[in-house]
Amino acid sequence: MNLTYLILLPLFTAALVLLARNASQVKVISLLGSVAQLILSVGLYVAYRKEMVAGNTAQMFFEADYKWFPAWNIGFHIGVDGISVAMILLTAFVVVAGVLVSWNVSKMTKEFYFLLILLSLGAYGFFISLDLFVLFFFLEIAVIPKYLLIGVWGSGKKEYSANKLALMLMGGSALVLVGLLGLYFSYAGHSFDLMKLSSIHIPIQIQKICFPLLFVGFGVFTAIFPFHTWVPDGHSSAPTAGSMFLAGISMKLGGYGCLRVATFLMPDAAKEYATIIIILSSIAIIYGAFATMMQKDLKYINAYSSVSHCGFVLLGIGMLTQTALTGAVMQMVSHGLMTALFFAVIGMIYERTHTRMVQEMGGLLKVMPFIATTLFIVGLCSLGLPGLSGFVAEMTIFVGSWSHPDNFHRIATIIACMSIVVTAVYILRAIGQTAMGPLKEEYSTLTDAKWNEKAAVIVLLAGILAIGIAPGWLNDLVRPATEIITQKIGAVK
Amino acid sequence: MNEFFSILKPELLITAIIFILLFVKITKTMKTSALLLLIQGLLLLNFVGGFFFNTEGNLFGDMYFSNHLLMMQKSILNLAVFLISLLFANCLRHHEHLPEYFILMLSALLGMFFMISSQNMLMFYLSLELATIPVAAMANFDLEKKASSEAAMKMILSSAFSSGILLFGISMLYGATGTISFNEIPFALDGSVLNILILVFIFTAFAFKLSIVPFHLWTADVYEGAPMATSAFLSVVSKGSVAFIFITMLYKVFQPMSETWYNMLIILSIATMVIGNLFAMRQQNIKRFLAFSSIAQVGFIMVAISSGSAKGISSVVYFVLIYVFSNLAAFGVASVIATQSGKERIDAYKGLYKTNPFLSWVLALALFSLAGIPPTAGFFGKLFLISAGAFKANYGYIAFVALNMIVSLYYYLVIVRAMFMDRNEQPIEKIHLHPANKIGLIICAGGIVCIGLISWIFDHIQSLVG
Repeated sequence: MNLTYLILLPLFTAALVLLARNASQVKVISLLGSVAQLILSVGLYVAYRKEMVAGNTAQMFFEADYKWFPAWNIGFHIGVDGISVAMILLTAFVVVAGVLVSWNVSKMTKEFYFLLILLSLGAYGFFISLDLFVLFFFLEIAVIPKYLLIGVWGSGKKEYSANKLALMLMGGSALVLVGLLGLYFSYAGHSFDLMKLSSIHIPIQIQKICFPLLFVGFGVFTAIFPFHTWVPDGHSSAPTAGSMFLAGISMKLGGYGCLRVATFLMPDAAKEYATIIIILSSIAIIYGAFATMMQKDLKYINAYSSVSHCGFVLLGIGMLTQTALTGAVMQMVSHGLMTALFFAVIGMIYERTHTRMVQEMGGLLKVMPFIATTLFIVGLCSLGLPGLSGFVAEMTIFVGSWSHPDNFHRIATIIACMSIVVTAVYILRAIGQTAMGPLKEEYSTLTDAKWNEKAAVIVLLAGILAIGIAPGWLNDLVRPATEIITQKIGAVK
Repeated sequence: MNEFFSILKPELLITAIIFILLFVKITKTMKTSALLLLIQGLLLLNFVGGFFFNTEGNLFGDMYFSNHLLMMQKSILNLAVFLISLLFANCLRHHEHLPEYFILMLSALLGMFFMISSQNMLMFYLSLELATIPVAAMANFDLEKKASSEAAMKMILSSAFSSGILLFGISMLYGATGTISFNEIPFALDGSVLNILILVFIFTAFAFKLSIVPFHLWTADVYEGAPMATSAFLSVVSKGSVAFIFITMLYKVFQPMSETWYNMLIILSIATMVIGNLFAMRQQNIKRFLAFSSIAQVGFIMVAISSGSAKGISSVVYFVLIYVFSNLAAFGVASVIATQSGKERIDAYKGLYKTNPFLSWVLALALFSLAGIPPTAGFFGKLFLISAGAFKANYGYIAFVALNMIVSLYYYLVIVRAMFMDRNEQPIEKIHLHPANKIGLIICAGGIVCIGLISWIFDHIQSLVG
């Protein structure tokens, strides 16, 4: 399978969107494009599966290396392993749902969809690139769409949030850039190529400098404590699809980068700094959970709980065991689907009630049973109910981290486990107040979900259930890739 | 004889155009609008002609030197001047002294061509003066405006001052080494205190021209007072050409003292970036804003120059090429708006997207390119500048440079935010674009999007550097 299609298809869709005559054409083109992309991504999974069954043991599948700036030894080197395939699937699901949810956007529709597609292009490119320059290029390509989506179509203090998000993410990428340059010059003959860099042992002094730069730089994207402050503002000000993309895809770029670039290339430093990573992520988990309890706005609730949930991703990476790493990837996929659905539902409620304040709502189950039920399901997924994806991912991380026999790791695990209780408190309280109780009079005429909203919910729910009920396929997909990383870590003395 | 023409071709072409314009002016047979079309056509021919019959060689007893890299640099400057003739059609079209304006501009360009090709301090000094004095006259071209004369006065005084410093440096250099030829100086330098003093004086003269902090004080006032086309010429063509010869001077002439100028570059580039960025944040006038942003950009160029390697040269040439498109697009949009509505304040740009979506997108693209965000070409330009600078493995400095990129993003976003997000009851009304303006802006936008993604361009420049 040729991976360039994954980039060319969104590019083609975006070009068609620009050429479209009116708003309805724009929507149809975007929907068709994103559905085609979903089919392509599922096709990629099937093809990947076939190769694995056939006994292909290569580290990266479907590799291709095109010339790009040979003067700098930069190549357009692409390829996928299990982790990338999982993330690509996640992206494809979220994009389809995001396009469907935004069906009612009437302000500058063409620009809106163009930016959405551009954002997804950045994510696809990021997940398939095996050259760190290309990876960085795609990481930054999403800055403009994010900034404009929040600033133009957002709500509340949108300009402030858009600025904060753009500057903080840019700051993160500045750190990443310096770290990447350090890696580039550490290879004899200079190379950004991930596979080439992974084949050599990077000097320990360089690892000690570059690892924190890269980990914190990517960490800003995935809300590492204390650089998580853009998350609540950015998510709550963004339009519905914007929040979905931010939390569902964009935050995962960071986690993927931490794992694929920082930990994979610099195992010595990863071991060295693991303690700090675990401490920071434990703080993020607990702090995020308690901060959520104080929130009254549904979007802020989900934003802060994202900080907490993404803490699990970093915790899993910090534990450095194979099970924990697998769990971290599963948590990325699970959280991506779940939080996208959560934001979608919040958007649907907000469109009808024109408020996101929990105490102003009540009894919505009576007028909009479909939306309220989805809210229940996604809430339960968030607090880790067995049968849904959240449980599978978090459980895998806990099992992986408990396998460390020492007290430090176990205490961190216990702290992380306890946050689930806090999660249960805020989620149940928020959902209970929103969906149950007496129905307010002004809400009695509200309508339930329309076809596009139902379709978006079903797409995302399908993903959540597919992981929650039968997690084996995701596990099989991710495990070979994480095994290579743990082997590298195991080889460290 | 044939070789003479092909080596000196860029200069001869410019001279020919100057003469044609002179005759047109004297005979007074053409209307200004037709004249502008003629000028644009000639400049386009000149730009295209730059790619044919190129030969390497020395002339005038080794005073003048040309090779394919220099031809490339000259083509970039030609392109910039052609784009200026398109982008500022709106404001130049009705100017009664249009031919004089271009005669002056082309004289300055001729000076720059000789300057970047010079192989001798004498040639260098003469051509530098030829490249400076016409620009002062260009700054004075809004004849009714007081600010314009003030700008010209400031420009000529500061140039005279810097020329004085340069001449003093050159005379000391001659005293110390007994030669003014670029090829002989490096062997005569011994790193003594006097040599360092010489380097400081010559460096200072360059710092004036490139508006490196602390020699930048004239920049913002001149940009603000001068006609927009002159400011654009100063910030792109003049800066670019001086950056090219600056590289030759440091890499070739002062090669034995690379330790010294490396330290000077590092310190001054930090000062330039910080001051440029901090002042750009606080500007309300779009011209002053672009002046300080161009100061900050020079700081980034210095990062690459400090590397002292072939990558440093190629990335600077590449960056200047990208800078031509991005900065001229920004100036072009600002000039169209200023000519039509008379508004130069950034506040006036609020809500521009509602009325002028095309202009807003072009300006946004230009600003993103200046800030270095992909997929625009500026991303590649900036990244290569920084990567070249990282050859010395001084990561603290590189991290500082990267952090400065965030600060610069902040103030470029201020304008984007004003155009796309801020509400305004009375935005600037729909602007009618002259076809030349439109073509120019489309070329710039196309360049901003394409130049980075087509990696062949960088590789070509790199192969010329060797």
